[in-house]
Amino acid sequence: MPPLFVSFLAQGGQMAFVLLAAPLFTGFVRKVKARLQRRRGASIMQPYRDLRRLIGKEAVVADNASWLFRTAPYLIFALIWVAASLVPTFASGLMFSWTGDLIAIIALLGAARFLLALAGLDIGTGFGGIGASREMMISSLAEPAMLMIVVTLALIVGSTQLATIAEFLRSGAAGLRVSLALALFALVIVALAENGRFPVDNPATHLELTMVHEAMVLEYSARHLAMLELAAWLKLLLTMSLIAAIFFPFGMAGGGDGAIDLGGFARGALAWGGKLVVAGALLGVFETAIAKMRVFRVPGLLGIALMLGLLGTLLLYVSRGL
Amino acid sequence: MIATLFGILAFLVLGLIGVFRGRDANGIVYGASLGISAALGIVGLRALFGAAPATLVLPLGLPWIGAHFRLDALAGFFLLVVNLGGVGASLYGIGHGRHERDAARVLAFYPWFLATLNLVVVADDAFTFLFAWELMSVVSWALVLAHHRDPANIRAGFVYLVMASLSGLVLLLVFGLLAGANGGYAFTLMRAARPTPGIAGVAFVLALLGTGAKAGLMPLHAWLPLAHPAAPSHVSALMSGVMTKVAIYAFVRIAFDVLGDLSQWSAVVVLALGGATAGLGILHALMESDLKRLLAYSTVENVGIIFIGLGLAMAFRASGFAAGAALALTAALFHVFNHAIYKSLLFFGAGAVLSATGERDMERLGGLIHRLPQTSFAMLIGCAAIAALPPLNGFVSEWLTFQAILLRPALPQWGLKLMIPADGALLALTAALTGACFVKLFGIAFLGRPRSDAARDAHEVDRFSRAAMLGAALLCLLLGLLPGVLVDALAPVARELLGVRLAEQMALPWLSLIPIAAVRSSYNGLLVFLFIVLATSLTILAIHRFASRAIRRAPAWDCGFPDTSPITQYTGASFAQPIRRVFAASLLGARETVFMPPPGDMAPARIEKTLSDPLWEALYAPLGVWIAWLADRLNHLQFLTIRRYLAFVFVALVALLLALALWQ
Repeated sequence: MPPLFVSFLAQGGQMAFVLLAAPLFTGFVRKVKARLQRRRGASIMQPYRDLRRLIGKEAVVADNASWLFRTAPYLIFALIWVAASLVPTFASGLMFSWTGDLIAIIALLGAARFLLALAGLDIGTGFGGIGASREMMISSLAEPAMLMIVVTLALIVGSTQLATIAEFLRSGAAGLRVSLALALFALVIVALAENGRFPVDNPATHLELTMVHEAMVLEYSARHLAMLELAAWLKLLLTMSLIAAIFFPFGMAGGGDGAIDLGGFARGALAWGGKLVVAGALLGVFETAIAKMRVFRVPGLLGIALMLGLLGTLLLYVSRGL
Repeated sequence: MIATLFGILAFLVLGLIGVFRGRDANGIVYGASLGISAALGIVGLRALFGAAPATLVLPLGLPWIGAHFRLDALAGFFLLVVNLGGVGASLYGIGHGRHERDAARVLAFYPWFLATLNLVVVADDAFTFLFAWELMSVVSWALVLAHHRDPANIRAGFVYLVMASLSGLVLLLVFGLLAGANGGYAFTLMRAARPTPGIAGVAFVLALLGTGAKAGLMPLHAWLPLAHPAAPSHVSALMSGVMTKVAIYAFVRIAFDVLGDLSQWSAVVVLALGGATAGLGILHALMESDLKRLLAYSTVENVGIIFIGLGLAMAFRASGFAAGAALALTAALFHVFNHAIYKSLLFFGAGAVLSATGERDMERLGGLIHRLPQTSFAMLIGCAAIAALPPLNGFVSEWLTFQAILLRPALPQWGLKLMIPADGALLALTAALTGACFVKLFGIAFLGRPRSDAARDAHEVDRFSRAAMLGAALLCLLLGLLPGVLVDALAPVARELLGVRLAEQMALPWLSLIPIAAVRSSYNGLLVFLFIVLATSLTILAIHRFASRAIRRAPAWDCGFPDTSPITQYTGASFAQPIRRVFAASLLGARETVFMPPPGDMAPARIEKTLSDPLWEALYAPLGVWIAWLADRLNHLQFLTIRRYLAFVFVALVALLLALALWQ
């Protein structure tokens, strides 16, 4: 075992790392989309500038806002940050990776969503209500789909610990399985829905009746809005890292017992960066190529994800080879 | 054991004080109930960790049976649950009971209700058990009818009484089938008598019916959302939080202890009913706008989750996988404990809203977070806990149930192979819908702008009620942070029923929860909580240090079109509309009809939503019609001559003797 403070450092480094990388990733996706639409687009550093602009402003809060409205952004951000720190990015065996497993990560995201929906309802405006109501409808299908994906993975690996899952799948012991393919497909659908991306929601507009996430945060301004924006970016990075860690775990620094290997960390960080570039480019291409869906067609899409997850689980219960 | 019986006796005496002193006895009755419950809770705790079960036989009841009492680990755990609920409800009652319109009606029966709840748990023979069970039904029926002038309550009381009779009757048959040698009705003798698989199967199905009817298992849940809300709020809390748990105790006692080995098919039945109950229960709850009815339907859902856990335990036990069964049983009992706490808390909150505003309908509430700050805070914790959000306690039991589902032993039975993953999906769906349901409850009733004058002028409730709610909220948090305490406390129960226990949790480094193995799964509520607190305070500090701290209050933005009228807000019905459309259209027959006036007509356009309970229409309504038809046909039997009645008696006797002769 390495000294305790080194382990703390690695864990703290991971937390700081995801926080710093999240705006960059969003800026990159926006840039890809802009280029595909034959626009120059803003610099990929623009999200950082947005953040700086927002936190420098005076916050305007509605007259009848309660304490919940003002504390929710910080709590939401903290919940997503904690969840993000549990997802392996460049290394799999960090010190506190056993604090929570995949189910806990999903539940932390659920807690953030719960608070955000409540914050949307706090002022008592029509927009906040519509956003909260739709968000809960979407999550009522996306969350079980996500859990069924976890169940599928856990049945293959025999663990819900993300580090163990990543190690196992990296070792190639799982082989090619039908259920893994189903889980990947379902996870991509869920990731799009969870982050309010196309075809479920449009992250770029503010005023469209199909909006979900933007409607809930409509009353927020300045530093509160900055926290919520950063939380949303962090969540996007988290989901992408999750897909990378589970289905494309190559290059990640191992360990498992908390061993510190700086060269491994550097390689892992490079591999992680590469995976994110590919994921961001794919996301940009996908969002440019597809149209947004009517809100009541979304349950059909998420139902597919749920059924795929369930099918993967059923296959594993019926046969151990699939 | 003697202490328990003295406690029960003290409750009975207390009821008499309530009868004779009426409203003046409010403080005495609830204060003394609080004390007795606390004492009995400690007795339960000691029994849980005690070495040998305490037994006692008293020469009461039927002369050839006597009254047997036994306090083993299982009874000790449920004694703890019952009296924890009792402590909370009594504390709440000290304050809440003062506003009671018909104080004498509640005060007389409240201690009796607590007495019968305790008596069921310690009973150790069929007669004492059924006596306590029926008394529990009757006393709670009286409490349901405390406000008996309301026609809705009369109907609720009637439906409740019918279902309670059914439950009692069915359990009578169960014990009849399971009687030991020479009609031994003590549970020890019934345990010793090994029934044939056929008899055991029939007895199991009947036991599931009898206890399920009391717990609110579908399709026998119909009375629960009628009866629980009708009672005064602290009694609702006891009925939902505790009485359903006593029914679950009865199921565990019969299925795991008295009956012993069961086939795998029985586990499939329990899993199927549990999954359906959980999913449909929460869907019903989402469609409700009455706070207490919503909570009652959510109780149905939670009972479903508990039965999923119990079904898993039965499946694993029948497959010879005792370690898995111990995990599933621990998860189910953990959920029993959790639900007793947070459902009590939520009913207390609903009661506080009711006494502060006189409203139970959330469409006429709103903005209560400003008027009832402490109640709102406690309710927020309760809503988050029941929605299974980390780091609170609800998450731990759902996490443990998922871990049990993920064990996947080699199950030879195909019914289980299909049912366990299906229940996993249903559990996941239920968890997500619960989140939506409690966002709706808290968001519509406590946030936003007040929708009525009553909500605008509400005042915070008395300090006893607040203490009960905040205490329960604290317990939700503590159990979420240190789940190992309860998991370890459940170890004696698992060892008693299954012969194995989970590994000791409190000895693990960092107080983690590791049910099976560290590489398999671990969860540390304490660290998650610390991380959240740390990250939040770090963020707030950083933001307030480096960013603008200026804040300005202004009218709501609402995209430039703020409307001052509170009716432009989302209501509970509109919040649930997307989910109603997605799920309830097919499952609950939800329909929306829009009436558009023709052009030129000044009438307003209207939208009507209808909701039906297919289960009620398919099962209860035809059954009611059939019974009425049968009663009509049999009516003339009331007007026969004495000769004919004697002839009937004779024929019945001959038929019974023949049946007996053929049976032997």
